[in-house]
This record gives sequence, C-alpha cells and structure tokens, in this order.
Amino acid sequence: MKYEAVIGLEVHTELHTATKIFCNCKTSFGADPNTNVCPVCLGLPGVLPVLNKKVLEFAVRAGLALNCEISRFSKFDRKNYYYPDLPKNFQTSQFDLPICEHGYLDVEVDGEVSRIRITRAHMEEDAGKLVHHGSSITTADYSLVDYNRTGTPLLEIVSEPDMRSAKQAVAYMEKMRAILQYCGISDCRMEEGSLRCDANVSVRPVGQKELGTKTEIKNINSFKGVERAIEYEALRQAEILEAGGTIKQETRTWDENEGVTKSMRSKEEANDYRYFPEPDLVPFTVSDEYIENIRKTLPELPDARKARYMESYGLSAYDAAYVTSDKDRADFFEAMVKAGADAKEACNWLMGELAGKLSENGLEIKDSKVTPEAMAELLKLITKGTISGKIAKKIFPEMWETGKSAETIVKEQGLVQISDTGALEAMVDEAIAENPKAVADFKSGNKKAMGAMIGQIMKKSHGKANPRMVSGILIKKLQAL
Amino acid sequence: MGYTIHELHEKLIQKEISSVELTRQFIAHRQQVEGDIHAFLSVNDEEALKQAAAVDAKIAAGEKIAALAGIPGAIKDNIVIRGQKCTAASRMLENWTSPYDAGVIERLEANDYVSVGKTNMDEFAMGSSTENSYFGPSMNPWNTEYVPGGSSGGSAAAVAAGEAVWALGSDTGGSIRQPASFCGLVGLKPTYGLVSRYGLIAFSSSLDQIGPITRDVTDAAIVLNAIAGHDERDSTSIPMEKADYTEALVNDVKGMKIGVPEEFFGKGIKPETREAIEKAIAFFKEAGAEIVPVSIPHIKSGVSVYYIIAPAEASSNLARYDGVSYGFRAPGDNIVDMYINTRTQGFGKEVKRRIMLGNYVLSAGYYDAYYKKALKVRRLLKEDFDRAYEQCDVLIAPSASGTAFKFGAFSDPLSLYMEDICTVPVNLAGLPSISIPAGFHNGLPLGMQIIGPALGEKKILRAAYTFEQNHPEFTKTAPKGEM
Repeated sequence: MKYEAVIGLEVHTELHTATKIFCNCKTSFGADPNTNVCPVCLGLPGVLPVLNKKVLEFAVRAGLALNCEISRFSKFDRKNYYYPDLPKNFQTSQFDLPICEHGYLDVEVDGEVSRIRITRAHMEEDAGKLVHHGSSITTADYSLVDYNRTGTPLLEIVSEPDMRSAKQAVAYMEKMRAILQYCGISDCRMEEGSLRCDANVSVRPVGQKELGTKTEIKNINSFKGVERAIEYEALRQAEILEAGGTIKQETRTWDENEGVTKSMRSKEEANDYRYFPEPDLVPFTVSDEYIENIRKTLPELPDARKARYMESYGLSAYDAAYVTSDKDRADFFEAMVKAGADAKEACNWLMGELAGKLSENGLEIKDSKVTPEAMAELLKLITKGTISGKIAKKIFPEMWETGKSAETIVKEQGLVQISDTGALEAMVDEAIAENPKAVADFKSGNKKAMGAMIGQIMKKSHGKANPRMVSGILIKKLQAL
Repeated sequence: MGYTIHELHEKLIQKEISSVELTRQFIAHRQQVEGDIHAFLSVNDEEALKQAAAVDAKIAAGEKIAALAGIPGAIKDNIVIRGQKCTAASRMLENWTSPYDAGVIERLEANDYVSVGKTNMDEFAMGSSTENSYFGPSMNPWNTEYVPGGSSGGSAAAVAAGEAVWALGSDTGGSIRQPASFCGLVGLKPTYGLVSRYGLIAFSSSLDQIGPITRDVTDAAIVLNAIAGHDERDSTSIPMEKADYTEALVNDVKGMKIGVPEEFFGKGIKPETREAIEKAIAFFKEAGAEIVPVSIPHIKSGVSVYYIIAPAEASSNLARYDGVSYGFRAPGDNIVDMYINTRTQGFGKEVKRRIMLGNYVLSAGYYDAYYKKALKVRRLLKEDFDRAYEQCDVLIAPSASGTAFKFGAFSDPLSLYMEDICTVPVNLAGLPSISIPAGFHNGLPLGMQIIGPALGEKKILRAAYTFEQNHPEFTKTAPKGEM
C-alpha cells in the first residue's frame, strides 16, 4: 500500500527583545551561567511578573507577518509541571486566548505552492538550561542549572496538519525563519535554540480521509534534522502499518547521531498541566489602532522581495528565491547591486565564491570579511573588461585575506587584462609558430585544436590576455593561413 | 488606653521621648512577655535601634517626620525584607534570607519606619489560629489558653501584647480581620490592588492583600497612608493618585446608608456576636445613619468557592518550593525522590492538604466541575455585592462567629474552614473591610466588620472611626499589653 505523511509543526522562536518577558534582565546569549538573573526570573518567594510591552509588540508583528488575526482580548495562563530548569514549576504561557490565530504561510516545493494554515501563535516564557554530569537527568551523578535563559520570551507557532512531506516541512520552516528574520523578531538560529521545532507526524494510506494516530517528535535541532526526523518517522509508521501493527500515540525524541526517533513517553504518561488563568497578570486588550500602527512598520516580506527581484533585476525564480530566503543575504545582495554590481553576476557570486568562503570559515553572511561594496567593485572590473572572470576568482580570496580592495590588488600585481590588439596579435603569432600540429588539426576540421592554443596564450600571459579578443584574433589568423 | 501611633508621634515631635528610648521600652517589654506570647519568629533589635536613631537625628535637626516615623512596628513573616530571613512560618524557608525588599517595605522605609521583628503566622498564611506555624503557635494576650487568630496571629498578638505599636498582616480570607477581632484590635484589609503584593510570599494571588493591624482606627489610616499606592512591579496594582486616609477620620455618619446583609447572620453566628452587632446597628441608627436590609445570596457559597480558588492558586504558587535552588532540601536518590522527600518533610499538614485540594480541582476532568464553576460563582457573588452597594454605602457584618477559641478546639479542618464564612466573601469580591472592636464576652474581645465597595476605604474608615469614638470602652489594652 502507498502511504502519505501528515505533518503539523510546533515552532518555538525566541523573541529578540533586549530584556526578558516578565523582568528587566538581559536576554543575551552566551553570558556566564546565572548572571542574567533577578528575583523575578529566579522565581523567588514573593515575586510577581510584569509583561514586557516589547514582547506583545513582537508577537503582534509576527502574527501580522504570518497572516494571523490578532486577538483583541487576550490573557496568560499557568502551565504547571515540575522540572528543575523551571524555577516556579509552572510556565507562564497562553492557553485558551492566544494573541494570534488563524494565519497561514504559502510554501513552495518543486515549483508547487501550498498553503499551510497556522492554528495559533502564543507568548510564553522559556525555561533555563540543565547541564547533566552523566547522560541524562535520571542517570547523572549531578546536574547543574543555568537560569540565564529563564524568562526569555518565546512565541510558539502551531500549524494545522497541512504538510504532506518532510521537504514541505523544511520549506515551511525556512519560510518561517525568513519571515521572522525579516521582521526583526528573532535571529532564528536552530543550533543556538532560538528557533526550535516539534513535529507531529502520522501516516495514512493515500486516499484515506481520516487521520492516522500521531506521534510527537521532540529534540530536533537543525533544518536537516527536521527533514531526516520526519522522513524516518513516517517510514517507521508506514512499516508498522504495513506489517499489520498499530501506531502508539506517544512523544518521541530525535536522536541526531543514530538517525532514529526513540520513544520518550506514552500518552498515559503525559503531564496533566492543570492550566488556569495567571492571577498575577490581568487579561489585556489590544486596540485596532495598536495593531494598525504595527502593521505600518512591517518590512517588505520575502515573497514581495522575491517578486521584486524577478521583475526589476530579471532574476530567475530559483535565483530570487535563493537570495531572499535569508534576510541578511538579500540585504547583502541589494547592497551589491546598489553599489553598481550587475544583479545576475551578483547572484552568481553569492551562490558561488562567497557562499564557498563563508562555509569554509563557518561564518554567516553578515560576518563576511568582504563587504558588499568591495564585491561590487570587483564585479564592476569584470564588466568593464579590466580583468577577466578568472582573474576575479583569484583576486577574491586575496580580498578576503588581506582586506584590500580589488583595484589595489589588480594594480599591485599588474593583473590588468591585456586588450591591446598589437600585443595580443604577437602572442597569437607566437602560438601559431610553436604549435604546427594544432594548426594542422584545425585546418583539417578539428576546431577543438584552437582551445589548446588559447590555453597556452592564457598561461603565458598569466591569465591577463583578454580571452575573448585572443579567440577572435586566433580564428581570423588561422582561417587566413 | 495604650500607646498609639498618633499619640507617640506627638510625644516624639514634642521631644517628650526619643525614638530610641521608645524602641528600647518596647524591646524591654517584649523580653518580659514574649515567652508567654510567642508573637515573633525573628527579632531585629540592633537594626530597629539604628532606624530609631536616624529618626531622632531628623527630629534633632528640626526636620519634619512622617506620622509613622520612629514608632516600633512589626512585619508578618511572609513579607520580605532585604538581608533578613523570611520563613512564612514554614520549615521550607526556615533558613531562607531575602535578597530584596517588598514594595511595602520600600514605602515604609520612605516613612522612616522602625521594625522590631517578623511575626508568627500560620504556615504560608494557611490557617486561622497560628496553630499551623512550623515554629509553634502564638498565644492570645487576653488569655494565653486561647488562640490569637490567624493567619496574622503573630502580628495581632504583638500589638495586643504591647510588643509593637502597629503591625502589617496579610489577608487572603480573613487573616487580618479575624486575628484583629480575636485580639481586640483594628484590622484593615484594603481593596484588592490598593497595596502592592510585590514581595508578599504568595498564598492565593487573586485574594492576597497586605494591611495594617493597629490599636485604633486612626492608626490604621496612618499605616494605610504609608503603604497604599501604585507599584508597577505588581500588575494587579491599581494605578491611582495617592490619597490621605486620615481625611476620613470624621465622627459623623449622618446620612450614611449602612447595609445589613442577612446572610452574614446565619445560624453559625454566636448569640453574643449577634447581640453586639445589633447594638452597633442601633448606635448607627441613633447617630443618623440609615439602616438598609440587603441580600447577598451567594455569601452562602463563599466558603466553598474560597476553598476551591485559594487552594488552586496555592498549589501553583507553592510549586516552586522543590529543594532545587533555595530553601529546605531533603536528599533523594533521584530528582523525583528529592522533590517528594523535600515537599513531604518541608511542608506541614494543612499546607499539603490545600496543595492536594488545589491540584485536584485543577486537574483534567475536574476543572470544569470545580475551578471553572467556582470562578462563575465568584463573579455572581461580586455582582451581588455590586447590587447591594447600589442601596448603601457600607455593609456591616461580624468579623468571626464569636470570640477567640481555645487551642485544639477544632479537630477537623472542615468545621474550621466554616469559621471563615464572615470574611472570605470580602476577598472573593476584592473589597475593603475593617474589623473593629465591638464588645467583650467572657473577657475576650468581639469584632465587627465594616465592608466597603471597591476603593471605599474612606467610607469604612469614617463609619469605623465614628463607632470607635463613641465606644471607648471597647478599646482596651489586653492584660499582657500593660506596660
């Protein structure tokens, strides 16, 4: 039988506010353990939460960017469960009146666009981090807890089970990341945990309407992990059904190293969170005016930017999607074009040389050692014919290492392209004289023989000869022989 | 009568006595009576004398001092003071020192207060006798065989026994008013949101309020002036202009409409209590007030609703006491055992009973039948009160069914819960209420409540002040309080 996967995602994103959701502590990543803490986020006796207004603003902004309806009346609730990274042993979250509802995202896979509905998005506080001295909390000799992350604002975005493949789930996550980055809501780094994803996966025979029994997969820490975990889980379930078995509703954890999902707890072992309205925070209302003011500040979103790049710069759909899928990359691209680079050339260099250098050095595009303006200078030298593309590719790593401008390197090393007809004719004459066999081959109809001669000329000129002109002169001379 | 804030303030500014001398007197008196009373969980003599000396310096320099300045007070041990232990009378916090000040403490500091110590209470404010204190009960200064009431029993005992001039208590379901009533004092529970809860160890967040326990109504207004006001660290704090509650101290109730809700005078109320309040009603009528019979039908559900909502919130508020990062910890082989051992040994019986109750009413399958329903009835009760206040300015009611009871008088918790019938409806509706002395029975004080509409503190203070000024015989000093 043929099966299809049914996937819904619960995405958690850290909101990039300067301070925590209910106190004035900083949210910065990587501080010494337990330094960004205060009585409030430590949950000491007697403390009370106060909602950081920026968190509400960010949540509304995200909701609008994700096509959600914004609730005019909303409140917080307590989700009660015991875990040592949760100082109050309850998480202040939103239960039945989330700030955002009924949104959607359009995602594209292999040229096919599908609309993925978003059920809801709600604000909540993050927990701290446990460091186990041993493999897990149950077997460790002891565990340490760092409360720096406690109280970092999160937005939990829950989708409907509208996805049908792991690829679609990844596309949804990528689109989500792009939108949240564009809006300045989150830096969305899955590796650092500022973007997290739990996947609800079930399978059913193709054509069947009813949903199968689902499992929830936790601990997915990368985009690759999203794809692998869902693919694995869908296959696992299909194999069980195929063998006549049934799926157990349970929570499973993704083991990145082994590439498998493992059972964590069954439905029966699931927590009863005993949700109830947070009595320390009063319900709040959101006005139309407030929402409209935020709507006005929404930036151009990825889809709009992609369309503009196709229209104004003539980029292909593929290229435009690549450039706009990351806000920093799109900004870099636009800065290059603004500095005078040819758009298509700029796009090629982003995908090629720059992407290579960045991944070689493990850097993000915003940390590129070559600025978009410097890259634009380099590309302009090619367009003007001052240097060849080949030389440009040699210059680029040097720009990266030394920080020198393309022009400086060209001057210092005398890399200016030789486009002087007289000089090039002399080189061609020399090559013809030195390669009688190649000349004979050419004359007997083997046009490829010309290539070897051009190669020799380029080598002798240290790549400086203008290849287009060399080729023209050579053909003319060979035909005249 | 004994020392009051307003009398002592006069003596301080007339330089008849210094704050240091005064503080020393109170410390000396405490050393005599504390063995019989056990009002305090910790004392603070050195710091108190320092605070007093600072006030004396101000007086010597000719500076104007606040009404409360330099006059020894006591703070219930569920209100945190930076650098001092705060136990909530629980083993769980026996050795916990607060790194921060409560909102009310900051305000009191701005008034140059002097605190001689932290007072005993029922553990986490759960109880009405201080019998639930991990550190042993306080005794009633009128007769030490009787409870002082609770949960702010230590605060009431301290003031009645002359160990402090005034005290702060907290009131979740009567914990200021009932002990004030049992100890012959004035206890004021402010409107929910009038006094900051920041730094009050939470029992039930939607019901808790801090308020004064004092010897007379004037002192209650003075302490309220010091502690009331908006605090942005408490999201439930009401944003409002600062008021002067002493303006309401007017001996006149002419034209005031005083409502008498029949439901507060049910069969649980003792005849002596009924009689005392009937006399008070007669007095008010005589003084020119209009007496209006009103009905607040949902008062009969008050105790049931309270014992769902308060434990529900408490079960969550007290979840943080888990042995992980502060407070008592009992070791265990793994994290779950450590949790279980810590909470089994760290909490007393009543606290555990209420945590279990709270978890039960919030659990899946019972939430709608209990918690959700309780919220609905709470709203109906509020609406009942709103309707009553369309007909009157204040309501009159007993503070408790009778006078203080003997230690161990209630063996089953349910009948003790029923004792809260007079006080819990007021917390559920978020209203202000003052308990004032209204008579004696067998040598023990009886109390009466005057309940106002939200932010009606001035109305209740006025009615209470008028009653007090015309009944000096009810404002007596307990035997242990004679200095």
